[in-house]
Amino acid sequence: MTLRILVCVKRVPAPGARIVLTADRTEIDAKNLGFAISPHEECGVEAAVQLVEQHGGSTTVLTLGPGEADEQLRYSLSVGADKAVLVPTDGSDWDAQATARALVHAISELEAADGAFDLIVMGNESADSGGFQVGIRVARALGRPIVNGVKGLELDGDAMIARRESANGYEVYRLPLPAMAGVKEGITLPRYPTLPARLKSKKADVPSVAAAKHPGGLTTGHFSNPVEVVTETMVLGTGPAAAPAVVDLLDELGLL
Amino acid sequence: MDIVALIEHDRGEAADVSFQALAFAQSLGATAIHAVVVGALSSELTAALGANGATAICHIDGDLTVDYDPEVWGEALAAAVAQVNPQAVVGLATDRSGEVLAHAAAIADAPLAANVTAVTAGADEWAVTRIRWGGALIEEASLNAPVRYLTAAPHVFMPQAGGGTAAVVAVAPIWSATAGRTQIVDRITLASGITLTTAAVVISGGRGVGSPEGFTKLDELAGLISGAVGCSRVVTNAGWRPHSDQVGQTGKRIAPELYIACGISGATQHWVGMMASKKVLAINTDRDANMVNKADYAVIGDLHEILPAISAEIRRRKG
Ligand SMILES: Cc1cc2nc3c(=O)[nH]c(=O)nc-3n(C[C@H](O)[C@H](O)[C@H](O)COP(=O)(O)OP(=O)(O)OC[C@H]3O[C@@H](n4cnc5c(N)ncnc54)[C@H](O)[C@@H]3O)c2cc1C
Ligand SMILES: Nc1ncnc2c1ncn2[C@@H]1O[C@H](COP(=O)(O)O)[C@@H](O)[C@H]1O
Repeated sequence: MTLRILVCVKRVPAPGARIVLTADRTEIDAKNLGFAISPHEECGVEAAVQLVEQHGGSTTVLTLGPGEADEQLRYSLSVGADKAVLVPTDGSDWDAQATARALVHAISELEAADGAFDLIVMGNESADSGGFQVGIRVARALGRPIVNGVKGLELDGDAMIARRESANGYEVYRLPLPAMAGVKEGITLPRYPTLPARLKSKKADVPSVAAAKHPGGLTTGHFSNPVEVVTETMVLGTGPAAAPAVVDLLDELGLL
Repeated sequence: MDIVALIEHDRGEAADVSFQALAFAQSLGATAIHAVVVGALSSELTAALGANGATAICHIDGDLTVDYDPEVWGEALAAAVAQVNPQAVVGLATDRSGEVLAHAAAIADAPLAANVTAVTAGADEWAVTRIRWGGALIEEASLNAPVRYLTAAPHVFMPQAGGGTAAVVAVAPIWSATAGRTQIVDRITLASGITLTTAAVVISGGRGVGSPEGFTKLDELAGLISGAVGCSRVVTNAGWRPHSDQVGQTGKRIAPELYIACGISGATQHWVGMMASKKVLAINTDRDANMVNKADYAVIGDLHEILPAISAEIRRRKG
């Protein structure tokens, strides 16, 4: 068996100290922001690449997003993915049902062309939308088993072994392949791209698969920032000389 | 209005959050709350569900429901929904309940709003407020469907006892051909002690700590005051500390009495993990760092000099 793994990644803005909104409050003002792969999925790419290093095979990365998401796809190639595919959007953020339908369509096309994926890796939740559902919708539509919250992933013959945290430790799941996993940051430590890998990824061919937008029943109206408690910061001092004041504070709070 | 509420439990032991799903259903104006229990149902749980507002209990039991399985639970919930025909299906936004609601919503091809903090239920359209970016952004959205699926953000809808009793109704699911293929094959319990989520004081380090060795100064202080050590994502990405120590959107959510942030700038995604702390002390070289501005207390300067001085002072006072 040559292992075939697919990872679905989303391009998300990387805001700083505070999320700034556009004037109509329908979007994050991304003018001055960088973008990244949503963190859970970035670790998912690394997990897939490590499994392929161990067992042989190939990793494909798929994203639904604006043309600029090319940046995240090429980044994935530079850290070890073998193929990257874009499902282009109009630039708006598609709801979970629309996203899942389009991904299912694209996955079916990829599988019809090159064979089924043994493993499809999703993030537990996307960093920006936090819908906690696209992976499960895709799994149901494809008829494949999925567990979310995965922080350890191995293959054992024709099964996937997934570890996830529980209230007092962790639990281990066994799923027959082909299977899916919704992974969390911490499952792996993503590597950094080497310079030659980055140069090579710039030249790679990144094909597109078109998919229609079929919106679901949850529609975003507008955003707001949570009310921030304004705190008057009490500066206890500067440098090591502040140590007695800190210990007084610990004492006052009953923490000594 | 009929509402179906998923009850989270592990082999019969109800999770802390279980009754919050009932409180959430009550807040929506439910006239009948159908609590769904998949697998073992004790008389204690039956009584507790009634006392917390359930008017009926939909019980799904069988060989497949002995242990938790997200696919089986999703199909069981879908069967209860088919039997009750409710206006909404609710649960808590936890790992398990969240994924089970997503399975049931996927089976029904219905929309699901996750991490909801408020709802205004209209005739057709429901206005929902939900959390995005781990709590750093609030979304106002409209939810439009005959049956609405929603998960409540934890600790927003708190249960009030004083309900009545709930009658148990058996629900017979029609399992899919593949039901039961996902199995829990092992459970590992880790030794408990002072952990990041239970410690009264958490001392966290960021990029300013500079190296894995730099953390010995944080570990030393934690040892003296029975604290736990946490960190920012920059630190885990650099491999200085394990990811299990990370605080923030993609790490742990904690609420200690005191959070000591050492060399952490206070990015949104870090802040959402520790904003529930009672008090925050920032130690930073930069007087204008976001963490310093948001903290209750601050010490300005190099953490590598300040932390050892604090530890020395504690030792001196303790004799
Ligand atoms: C989708 C997404 C999810 C994320 N999730 C998380 C998450 O879960 N947790 C998280 O932490 N981050 C998360 N991040 C990353 C986050 O945006 C920040 O990059 C990160 O929190 C910054 O870490 P830091 O404060 O340690 O580093 P920096 O921002 O570089 O800050 C270092 C601070 O140390 C101070 N300093 C330097 N030297 C010293 C010294 N000697 N003594 C005292 N102070 C010193 C500096 O003044 C500065 O304030 C996420 C990002 C994204 C995009
Ligand atoms: N636009 C997208 N492109 C590719 N994958 C996506 C997209 N949106 C969501 N996903 C995948 O679905 C997971 C869950 O997303 P969500 O339901 O939005 O929390 C993410 O972690 C991704 O793996």
